[in-house]
Amino acid sequence: MAHMMADSSPTTGLKQRLAHPPTKVRSKFVRVLRAYPLVFIGGLMVLALIFVAVFADKLATFNPNFQFANGLAPDGAPLAPNHTFIMGTDDLGRDVYSRLLFGARVSLEVGVFASLISLFIGTTLGIISGYYGGFVDSVIMRITDIMLAFPFILFVVALVAVLSPSITNIFIAIGVLGWAVTARIVRAEVMKVKEFEYVQAARALGSRQWRILFKIILPNIMAPVIVLTTLAIGNNMLLESTLSYLGIGVQPPTASWGSMLSEGQQVFEYAPWLLYYPGLALMLAVLGFNLLGDGLRELFNPRRVR
Amino acid sequence: MISYIIRRLGGAVIVLLGISIITFVIAFLVPANPARAIVGPHAPEALVLQVDKQLGLDQPLPIRYVNYMNNLVHGNLGMSYVLDQPVTNLIEQRVGATAQLALAAWVLELVIGIPLGIISAVYDRKIIDHIASLLALIGISLPVFFVGLELMYWIGFRLNWLPVGGTGGFNYIILPGLTYAITGAAYYSRLLKASMLDVLSSDYIRTAKAKGASPARVIFAHALRNGIIPALTYGGIDIAALFGGVVVIEDVFGYSGLGQLAVQAISNLDVPVIMGTVLFATAFVVLVNVVVDVLYGIVDPRITYS
Repeated sequence: MAHMMADSSPTTGLKQRLAHPPTKVRSKFVRVLRAYPLVFIGGLMVLALIFVAVFADKLATFNPNFQFANGLAPDGAPLAPNHTFIMGTDDLGRDVYSRLLFGARVSLEVGVFASLISLFIGTTLGIISGYYGGFVDSVIMRITDIMLAFPFILFVVALVAVLSPSITNIFIAIGVLGWAVTARIVRAEVMKVKEFEYVQAARALGSRQWRILFKIILPNIMAPVIVLTTLAIGNNMLLESTLSYLGIGVQPPTASWGSMLSEGQQVFEYAPWLLYYPGLALMLAVLGFNLLGDGLRELFNPRRVR
Repeated sequence: MISYIIRRLGGAVIVLLGISIITFVIAFLVPANPARAIVGPHAPEALVLQVDKQLGLDQPLPIRYVNYMNNLVHGNLGMSYVLDQPVTNLIEQRVGATAQLALAAWVLELVIGIPLGIISAVYDRKIIDHIASLLALIGISLPVFFVGLELMYWIGFRLNWLPVGGTGGFNYIILPGLTYAITGAAYYSRLLKASMLDVLSSDYIRTAKAKGASPARVIFAHALRNGIIPALTYGGIDIAALFGGVVVIEDVFGYSGLGQLAVQAISNLDVPVIMGTVLFATAFVVLVNVVVDVLYGIVDPRITYS
């Protein structure tokens, strides 16, 4: 009993703690995970999607666009999932699994690039509008109203149709038309932040305007912008699939989850797997971004009590 | 109040003018010549020029815009290039079908969204809340057309309960409406959850509980009644999204409404119909928003207009 007491003396405890710092780091990591499970789960799903998109050519078992002679049943129907084609074949005898992997690439590419374009436009206009106010602000906000009043899908469909359908034109159209919500939120944040004392102090100290805008205000409004962009990526992936579904997105034979669904629709009475795989892939990918975005929103919220 | 309404209407007119210009520019950016599209690819060049002249396409863009707006003010949206009918007739024939569908979609959205929101608020951070929130989130993450196709496959084709598609009576709007509701209910459930949580932590709820009101009465008579206002206002904002969503759903179900008309017009480069449907839809959205804002002030006396 006596030597046990000696063992757990304060100095030993301190030594032990000093000897095993990694345990502490890990437990902190675990604590963050438990507090923000959404960030963790959503983050993992997003990482998995990125992995699949980047290594699509390594993971694919076949050329996604090759029409296999043995990929169709004697009556010309697509093959159900089997040993060779693990997710079956489509109505042209192409391997669904390989097409699905390459579809991830298109989806992620459009989601990310479109969101970055609208992030850039929206943040720039929002900062200018919120910081300068007055006439500039009313002009920018009127334009924002106009953009928000449009039925967005119709607008994008029209612009892509006019520009001629291609991956690049899709993310340009989505990006250029989709900045209005970002601009509004950034403007509101800037209006809040610019009254804070540290901004006033910087102004009083004679900092240059671009410095105040981009070095002081911008970092302080990043949290909502990051959340918004994460959610926007998921939404834009849905939008890409919709455009491809309507036939004005990615052009054949390139695989996109949307075009896979629209091709599958022709034969789905007897080949329902042609809808399940791309539909579920799309759902999981978008869900990942939505979970991550929601989780980040919680994580950034300073008023949150745990 | 009156001056507020006038100012809002003035703003609405500016927004609509902006939209008309943007749509006009996009519609006529088309690299393909609409005249060529009408006469066919093998028609002689002289015929193309003649049609060009007939349609007034040989004049410079600003003049065409002024002519268009002049006709618009007189209630004339021009003739469809393809369907050989006045655009106003086409819109008139289809607006009813789309309105029915949108109404059904909205009602079903509330039917799904409100109970999910109440459950999430009452069981905040309990397992039931997490399940309800996850369901809602999965709904937002699903592509509209995938949900539509699955409902079509299971309820329409396998169970044979409802028509697979087409336009007709009440039976034909249930599946398309449900499709929209599943993918949009989460917006309402989240809003409702947030506002009900606010209300549930307020003083008068504590008073009600202290006076011995039953939990059901506290939730339904007090919390829901006050918490539902923001969720209902969202309906006004939702109308733009509703129209956008209906565009795709109509295409999936072969429902002949305005959305289908617009999508077909875009793929046919039928510029007058594109202009007409987009302007009609946005005018409607903008006006509804004005009406909602005004009604909001009448319903909730705490709001003052300045």
